[in-house]
Amino acid sequence: MVEVNFGRARPDHVVGLRRVAELAEWDHRRIGATVTWRRIELDGPRALAQAARTVGSPQIRNAGTIGGNLATASPAGDGHPFLAAVDASIELASTRGTRSIPWQDFFLGVKQTAMADDELITGVRLPDDLPSRQEFGKVGVRNAMVISTVCAVVTRREDGATTVALGSVAPTPMRARQAEEMISSVTVPTEPDLAVFAHLVSREVTPITDHRSTEAYRRHAAGVLCRRLLERCLR
Amino acid sequence: MIVTFTLNGEPATARVVLPASLLDVLRDQLGLPGSKNSCDQGECGSCSVVLDGEVVCACLVMAVDVEGSAVATVEGVARDGVLDGVQRAMHEAGAVQCGFCTPGIVVTAADLLARKPAPNRAEIKEALAGNICRCTGYGAIIRALENMAGGGR
Repeated sequence: MVEVNFGRARPDHVVGLRRVAELAEWDHRRIGATVTWRRIELDGPRALAQAARTVGSPQIRNAGTIGGNLATASPAGDGHPFLAAVDASIELASTRGTRSIPWQDFFLGVKQTAMADDELITGVRLPDDLPSRQEFGKVGVRNAMVISTVCAVVTRREDGATTVALGSVAPTPMRARQAEEMISSVTVPTEPDLAVFAHLVSREVTPITDHRSTEAYRRHAAGVLCRRLLERCLR
Repeated sequence: MIVTFTLNGEPATARVVLPASLLDVLRDQLGLPGSKNSCDQGECGSCSVVLDGEVVCACLVMAVDVEGSAVATVEGVARDGVLDGVQRAMHEAGAVQCGFCTPGIVVTAADLLARKPAPNRAEIKEALAGNICRCTGYGAIIRALENMAGGGR
């Protein structure tokens, strides 16, 4: 709609999805495409709910959906790090049938996805066994109506298995696999472990300098943010 | 395309040319200019309306998508010529400067108070996070709502 308001898009045909009840269904680990951030803020898994609360403003959260976030595929999409951290799949449908693709195959580049022109996002599938500890965080210039400079989710299981997913620091959401591998093998991380972990995160991200921040700041902030989120998971 | 919906409790019909926003239809076709257009991208909240029970930015709603829905605008907040408690409180607290953001703030604040009759300061600020006042008159706006939360409507 913003594209239309600014004269950048003038679609000949529009398909209204607001009243398609099936798309708004939410069955445990399957979240329908038109489930709003407001609903996720209230009922979502911890880190996804935390992310939902930082999306736009109350007005935006009442209208914006998890499917819309995915379709836009902004590198800064607040919902993406959670989906990457838990290895969610995206469900797509067309008259040719349905398919479910892993998150890393869905995001192809900045605002580019694996969706075909005739496909619709119908929902998101989360794994049944979500990590017991999960934390979302975001760096931005104010609390509301801000596009993140860096956003991230860190999850940790009882056995130490840790995932680290970030947004706004690469063309697509990404996982910091080296940092994950390093910290997952440490049962009780010490101060030096946390420092190495933060360093690895900063080294793995591939941010750019743009009007919102610099490459150097994003790199630094990514490490600091993920370390803090890990510390929260360890509490 | 003809769109039929409920507007401030009354049946409404609009002939919508795709892809017009709900805001444009309200202002230009239905004669309700209370919802303001400032940013056209959901940043400012001055076009806040209640759509099927939820506050949204009318500039981000495609008008054809409100078929069969209920829309409430700032024009419907006062009843029978009597100001709503939010409007009275803002008037009394001097919570209006240039006034451009005021309709959106009235709609958003009325929705907050309908859900939560005695919000605290943090809750008021979070609820109004999507309503920008370029005059920066937030102090009086928040005080007005705090007064209501303390004194009832």
